[in-house]
Amino acid sequence: MVKQLKKVDAVIVGSGWVGGIAAAELTKAGYNVVILERGKNKKHEDYIGTKDELRYSKRYDLMQELNKDTITSRNSMSKEAIPVRNNMNARLGNHTGGAGVHWNGIAFRWLPYDFEIYSKTVERYGKDKIPKESTMQDWGITYDELEPYYDQYEKTAAISGEENPIGPPRSDKYPNPPMKETPNIRLFTKATKALGYHPYRIPSANASQTYTNPDGETINGCVYCAFCEEYGCDFGAKADPIGTVLKTAHKTGKMEIRNDAFVNRVSHDGKKANGLIYTDTTTGEEFEQLADIVVLAGFVFTNTKLLLHSKIGQPYDPKTGQGIIGKNFTGHFNNLSTYIGARGFFEDKKFNNFMGAGGMGATIDDFSGDNEDHTNLDFLHGYEVHYSQLGSRPIANNAVPYDTPGWGKEFKKNSIKYYNRNLFITPQSGFLPNKNTYMDLDPIYKDALGNPLLRVTVEYAKQDIARAKAGVARCEEIMKEMGADKMNVDVVKDDTVFDHKFYTDHFFGGAIMGASPKNSAVNTYSQMWDMENLFVVGGSSFPHNSNYNPTVTIGAFAYRAAEGMIKFLKEGGNVAVKPLEKNA
Amino acid sequence: MADQQPPKDVNGKPQHEQDLGRRNFLKNTGLVAGGLVGGSIFGGLLTGGLDKKNDNIAKNDSNKGIEVTQARQFFTRHQDFKVLNAATEQILPEDELGPGAIKLGVPYYIDKQLAGRWGVNAYDYRQAPYAIDLKAADQTAGPGGEQSILDRGMIFLLGLRKMDEESQKRFEVTFDKATEEQQIEIMTDFEANKVKMKGVKASEYFILLKQATLEGAYCDPLYGGNINMEGWKMKEFPGAVASYANYIESDDFAKLDPVSLRDYQGH
Repeated sequence: MVKQLKKVDAVIVGSGWVGGIAAAELTKAGYNVVILERGKNKKHEDYIGTKDELRYSKRYDLMQELNKDTITSRNSMSKEAIPVRNNMNARLGNHTGGAGVHWNGIAFRWLPYDFEIYSKTVERYGKDKIPKESTMQDWGITYDELEPYYDQYEKTAAISGEENPIGPPRSDKYPNPPMKETPNIRLFTKATKALGYHPYRIPSANASQTYTNPDGETINGCVYCAFCEEYGCDFGAKADPIGTVLKTAHKTGKMEIRNDAFVNRVSHDGKKANGLIYTDTTTGEEFEQLADIVVLAGFVFTNTKLLLHSKIGQPYDPKTGQGIIGKNFTGHFNNLSTYIGARGFFEDKKFNNFMGAGGMGATIDDFSGDNEDHTNLDFLHGYEVHYSQLGSRPIANNAVPYDTPGWGKEFKKNSIKYYNRNLFITPQSGFLPNKNTYMDLDPIYKDALGNPLLRVTVEYAKQDIARAKAGVARCEEIMKEMGADKMNVDVVKDDTVFDHKFYTDHFFGGAIMGASPKNSAVNTYSQMWDMENLFVVGGSSFPHNSNYNPTVTIGAFAYRAAEGMIKFLKEGGNVAVKPLEKNA
Repeated sequence: MADQQPPKDVNGKPQHEQDLGRRNFLKNTGLVAGGLVGGSIFGGLLTGGLDKKNDNIAKNDSNKGIEVTQARQFFTRHQDFKVLNAATEQILPEDELGPGAIKLGVPYYIDKQLAGRWGVNAYDYRQAPYAIDLKAADQTAGPGGEQSILDRGMIFLLGLRKMDEESQKRFEVTFDKATEEQQIEIMTDFEANKVKMKGVKASEYFILLKQATLEGAYCDPLYGGNINMEGWKMKEFPGAVASYANYIESDDFAKLDPVSLRDYQGH
């Protein structure tokens, strides 16, 4: 028996950055909102005094409990998919604030090239440059159109940064100066400058000073305690949804967050969404929360699974290339697009590696996006090479030179010796969509409530391997210049396949955006073409993955989507038909 | 907070000068753990009873806590625990840098972890079919026994017993009594998956064993490992320090007293 609940203006899946931004903007405009969050009720208070590596980094206290829901994974359509059973391989956000609580705070904008990748590629290199298997496309929006939303997100989230010498145009400077500079960062900066590159400090949501955002919420200045990634901030010094947008929405008195609410599907009549069907996981009761607009603001997997399971839109079929839902799955893959690079070991230098902040570091954009001429390269898109000092914690960090055994006497000596004497740099690279990398529903495995799991199929294309190799080679060059005595340089093999690790939390696609329903599920306000009162917002709408971390771009599109929601509540219809005035 | 002096032995010499060979130590531990000596001495030995500094701690509650929590919750057979002691000590041996896995409390840490949620894979997806039964399945999915129907507790039990069995088969002694070289030979074969196990690959068991050993050596002492923060001291990791704002820009290495969560939370 599904119990129907009184209609609200908007019901939202998920209380992360996207759900929080939608809730803040809708409630400020006078609408009432219910957020359904499957995770637990969490406040900043929950994170005070919990600098506990085992609990958060090894037992994944903030991550999705896979006993309730997970994904299955395979390398190609010809294989059987296997469930991802433990969090070692899937670090997906959960609880109030979602992944926005445990993020590192790395806060890049993406490039103008990213949003018009197809046109700009054809224009510069000709159509033949695009590989046959590629399904890359323009996003239906330009950087200039998105820029005001970027600015709005950066100001909300206290982003601290400095001008990127070769970055895209900005309407305003960062709201806060960059974080403090460490000797490690100085070493990277000096080396990359000597090589003729253009280093700059990574923009971060770990605030460089105490700051009050335009909504009146205060984010404290960071103390560099090095517990960001996988942790809630002890000091309220990392911008997260709890301390910003959810707080703002809460103050209006028009938002309710319902925790332990596991959404099963969207209820609809084929044309219009009625609301969301969810299970209260503390009692097992099932409810239907009715609403004028329905917002899917979950992670990529949640949004895609809900659309497929609710039978909304046409599922993507890799054999025919028809259909949209589940198409263009991309990401930062563990053994390809990040976490690989060059690790330098220093005999005579000792670094304060245990200090830091998730977003603290420096990077170069000389090879990002299309900044490098790809005419003679066998790949498109690029990589940013960064050093980030997020803080080495002792269980996870036992790096030893390749010639050291993995355990025993010599391992102990070297893992202790080099703990504060090694630095790692990584080329985080883009990943372009291909026709064989997608999501659909698994035919065998079910979640705790009996719904099918989402099945992910990933095939690396040749160009993705080539890009990764180029990036690692650049890391080796830079680490040498930094003066390492010994190096571990990762080897990317030609036959490298997806390793089923969903560890980076940077995944995209499934309900991609575009200028036309022919090639997209949502318009650039993240509104479903097929169901106008349904907004599917977040990384799920990104047609490809850039070489940058995604949160700021997700935040910007969430602001744009919220604007679309308000416009829809006022006027109805497809809000993307004609361009909107900002803050309509 | 702990001082910055190197740990001293009963004669006031720095601890690392003690002539207490690891194998010798293991042998002694075997005797002690064999029940010939009382628990409090056992506890004292493992918590650094030779360490003068611990004389102070012995008078307060926290050391009492260590003593009473050092009893087996998960392992029922003492022999399994003896093999665990020897194996973890091989992964992280005692040396001139400081204590090894046993003195750091690693075996008891692992025992506690296996008795809890982690040991029964409580938050993992546990629905059939399991991939080891799927012929066409992609066996590259997931490390560390992820696709095994066995939970971590079972994997540890089977793995430790298999190691003991191998030792008896090859060397006619139990694993804990085997020589260092013999123990290393067996563990190397497990790591390389050269030993056949049922229900889980030997290499996957080994990954778990190594992971858990490092956890026990470097976790917050609240979990029963990293006793007296000796693991952190060796690594020069200061633990739960509130702020590094005053150090972060300096070129000098900051040698700081470690702070445990008990110190940090202050209640």
